[in-house]
Amino acid sequence: MSSLQQELKESIIEALNLEEFTAADIDNDDALFGDGLGLDSIDALELIVLLDKDYGIKLTDPEESKAIFQSVNVLAAYIEANRTK
Amino acid sequence: MEALNITASTVAAKHPAYRNYIPPAAARRMAPAVKMGVVAANVALEKAQITQPDAILTGSGLGCMQDTEKFLNALLENNEQFVPPTAFIQSTHNTVGAQIALGLGCKAYNNTYVHGSLSFESALLDASLLLEDKPDAKIVVGGVDELGTEFVNYVKMLAEKETPASKIPMSEGASFFVVSSEMGNAQVLLRDMNTCREISVAEISNRVGSLLKENGLSEEDIDTLILGTTGAESDVYYKAVSDAFPKQTTQIHFKKYAGQYNTSIGFAVWFAVQLLGEKNTVSDRKNILIYNQEDGRNHSVIIVSRC
Repeated sequence: MSSLQQELKESIIEALNLEEFTAADIDNDDALFGDGLGLDSIDALELIVLLDKDYGIKLTDPEESKAIFQSVNVLAAYIEANRTK
Repeated sequence: MEALNITASTVAAKHPAYRNYIPPAAARRMAPAVKMGVVAANVALEKAQITQPDAILTGSGLGCMQDTEKFLNALLENNEQFVPPTAFIQSTHNTVGAQIALGLGCKAYNNTYVHGSLSFESALLDASLLLEDKPDAKIVVGGVDELGTEFVNYVKMLAEKETPASKIPMSEGASFFVVSSEMGNAQVLLRDMNTCREISVAEISNRVGSLLKENGLSEEDIDTLILGTTGAESDVYYKAVSDAFPKQTTQIHFKKYAGQYNTSIGFAVWFAVQLLGEKNTVSDRKNILIYNQEDGRNHSVIIVSRC
């Protein structure tokens, strides 16, 4: 699980061009949106594409996305349970 | 301004510290063209002491090439799936004008002109039309182009096939100005502009002469010619124009300093403004004529005078 979390942090930084961050700056329980990393709706779209491309997970329900993108830990758990690749 | 000796066939802009102008959260999505355009427009507005322009007009020959390339390459690599939404959103030419407006919270008229190497001039023409309609308007107008990473190589390949080939590297940059019809604190007078798609070498000097005459000027009144000379075959146009002026007229070949990109004439206008100097400073120059063309097409003549 910890390697998946590290991989996710690096993918998020690259996909969202978070130039100011390194993987070490992101805590596994940090909120990705709002007061945490401060991501926004365009970032959410990028994360949906990332999940589909890298893990074969298709998200179609916006409410579901909101819950899944809470933190790196929550996202990693969801990927472990639902990944097809 | 520092002049560098460049031997490469492309040269990137020397970028400022963007964090001094754009919040990092906003800058992370911006390609070089957007960052350059936003900063240049903001610096121009600051100099003109204007916080809310009445229009934002942008010219860009190739627009946001870096994000266009990223988006299209992702389409190809991923079999038209998993396309990156940010690159798609930011790939359009009007991203620069839109980001300038977003940063200022400006909901005024906002237009982007994508007319190849006449893009900057088209934005300038719109500004002059707008000023006829609204004489008290303050308009931010500029041109911007970025190198990108791949497409520029194809442009280079075509340019290198010319005989003789251009000796000017492909480049990038942004030049923005605030224009109004009030002399007030104006730094220079943008006296007139004329553009045309095609014209013969034999006719070009007459075209320039007619524009001068329409403005009550003659070739002798021009102190400095700023020309877009590149060393390519189409330089015969520049020779035809410069031959029509007295031998003592100073000639500046602006692409030696700015490189070659679709809106590099914006740099020439900025250069002219610097040469003419601030309103209350001493300058021995009164009138500058800028002439540019690309491969014998898209000719533009701009006359700038000291206030």
